[in-house]
Amino acid sequence: MTKQPRTLYQKIWDAHVVDTRDDGTCLIYIDRHIVHEVTSPQAFEALRVSGRKVRRPDLHIAVPDHNVPTTARRDANGKRIPIADPQSAQQLDMLERNAPEFGIRYIGDADREQGIVHVIGPEQGFSLPGATIVCGDSHTACNGGLGALAFGIGTSEVEHVMATQTLLLKQSKTFQVNVEGTLGAGVSPKDVILHIIGVIGTAGGTGYVIEYTGNVFREMSIEGRLTVCNMSIEGGARAGLVAPDETTFAYVKGRPYAPVGADWDKAVAWWQSLASDPGATYDKSVHIRAEDIQPTVTWGTSPEDTAPIGGVVPAPEDFADASKRDAVKHSLDYMGLTPGTRLTDIAVENVFIGSCTNSRIEDIRAAAAILKGRKKAPGVKWAIVVPGSGLVKEQAEAEGLDKIIIEAGLEWREPGCSACLAMNPDKVPSGERCASTSNRNFTGRQGPGARTHLVSPAMAAAAAVTGHLTDVRTLSENS
Amino acid sequence: MTPISQVSGKAYPFGRKNVDTDVIIPAHWLKTVTRDGLGKGCLESVKKEPGNVFTDPAFAGAPILIAGDNFGCGSSREHAAWALLDMGVTCVIAPSFSDIFSGNAFKNGILTVALPQDAIDRLLEVAKTDPISIDLEHQTVTTPFQDRFLFEIDPFRKHCLLNGLDEVGLTLAQDATISAYEARTGETMPFLAHPTRHTA
Repeated sequence: MTKQPRTLYQKIWDAHVVDTRDDGTCLIYIDRHIVHEVTSPQAFEALRVSGRKVRRPDLHIAVPDHNVPTTARRDANGKRIPIADPQSAQQLDMLERNAPEFGIRYIGDADREQGIVHVIGPEQGFSLPGATIVCGDSHTACNGGLGALAFGIGTSEVEHVMATQTLLLKQSKTFQVNVEGTLGAGVSPKDVILHIIGVIGTAGGTGYVIEYTGNVFREMSIEGRLTVCNMSIEGGARAGLVAPDETTFAYVKGRPYAPVGADWDKAVAWWQSLASDPGATYDKSVHIRAEDIQPTVTWGTSPEDTAPIGGVVPAPEDFADASKRDAVKHSLDYMGLTPGTRLTDIAVENVFIGSCTNSRIEDIRAAAAILKGRKKAPGVKWAIVVPGSGLVKEQAEAEGLDKIIIEAGLEWREPGCSACLAMNPDKVPSGERCASTSNRNFTGRQGPGARTHLVSPAMAAAAAVTGHLTDVRTLSENS
Repeated sequence: MTPISQVSGKAYPFGRKNVDTDVIIPAHWLKTVTRDGLGKGCLESVKKEPGNVFTDPAFAGAPILIAGDNFGCGSSREHAAWALLDMGVTCVIAPSFSDIFSGNAFKNGILTVALPQDAIDRLLEVAKTDPISIDLEHQTVTTPFQDRFLFEIDPFRKHCLLNGLDEVGLTLAQDATISAYEARTGETMPFLAHPTRHTA
């Protein structure tokens, strides 16, 4: 009997089915759960009220990231500096109390391993290929870069996972996003995913799990794959994956929670079997030529509002769909942009390099490579580089990248979600623009009235030194 | 959870597409540690737009919201569902919903009804002046003008909503099945079943 060919997603799904209901809903086992301070207090409270406990505390890690200020965490004497905002401080205090009360490891805001949930999962080897990974944050999809089935959940589901280590789910449809060819100079993984979202739209992946296939992803580093999978959610998909391969195993090996000895061999053998079988079918597919991808920026308030940096701000009339025309009108009004403006003529007052999308070591390196020997433009009032974790920060400092960044006139901060979302002191002032390596350009995302242009780390660094959106390739050539 | 079988009354004729969770409840409202009081921040930026339906007294307290495609896209914050509930909305009708939002809505007893765009257009028109009724048992949306739209809903979700069932309690009843799975994978996939911190 020949086995039906299966996709990567189906294989991970099948390995995690605890129970199947008559209507096809499955009880799926969850291997890893990462907890942060914003979406967990109500879940812990519900457990306490109903007298329930966390079923497998060893499968959870808690770390604060959304609320933590990115300024110094300890004073000159090594004493922890309290958080000024009383509500943020309260959320952190609750996590610090809740996690140990329920037996969960807590990484504190002033610990060296602290960082953004989606950065520390892979970094610690806690996130593994083939695992089911959840967190009360939609960018959990990020972990799919390791070949894990990872997705964001709401607080009720956080409670469900804590109490039962499972979720009730219906299998998603599968969406193959295939990119083949050679990426041009200056085209980063961020440009690849922005381009993909521009092609498929923000609802393109709704109801689907994306598998990224093709030589472009096979040849991409794990950091790059994490960036791509991170923004699957902006393409409407709850999760995105890249098949684990030798690059993945090399990345995972030796990390704190990575398996060792016989367990490691067993793990690799299984991980090697996960790639989609030849002949496996997807519910839909899109094929993109790598050569068509340019350094990409967003001009509007939806992540699908992308354009190559050489382009112009579009007009509402350029769109066939009436409701999209309306949305574009709204967007341009909010963004303060006139159709026909060249994207490279858009001045920015703020630059943010960080977030779960782009705060890993490669991202800091890419930004530093552009900043080296250059200075922040006078028109740029605020430019910060926020590493994704304490360990990324240590690594960057060991490589001297912090010095390059500071010499260029940018600020080098402590790890956290920072200016990606307006929940901590790092905000973009109303009416001002920000070239941002984060993932969402929604209305008010970086602060009420803030105008976000999503870009890659190199493009953000380029904007910092020129004072306007810039084709990074023109800078590289001059240096 | 409060059981839900029928929702009738005024409906906000909003109709906008791609309403993301940052619009439903901006991040600066997420610093709460309870579920209540988020209604004030619900659709905060929209409420500042001139002529918006949410501050129009004609729709005050409406239990239904009619939106465009891809409602609730963006973040996984369940606060979006809590904020709508706190504002009094127990049913959202749209051509499509983001996966995470529809899950969160369901878990908080908000009924999400997906209907084709032409039905939405008709309901947006009716809602300007007249009430709308949703009957979960019969899976219909009706107006005072003989409009009758059938909608699909997952049978399990329907059952839970109609009876106000708590999903965690239902799953805990399957404890033996979960334990059996854990025993099995402890053998076959020890690297997933038992994370161990080998190095700092």
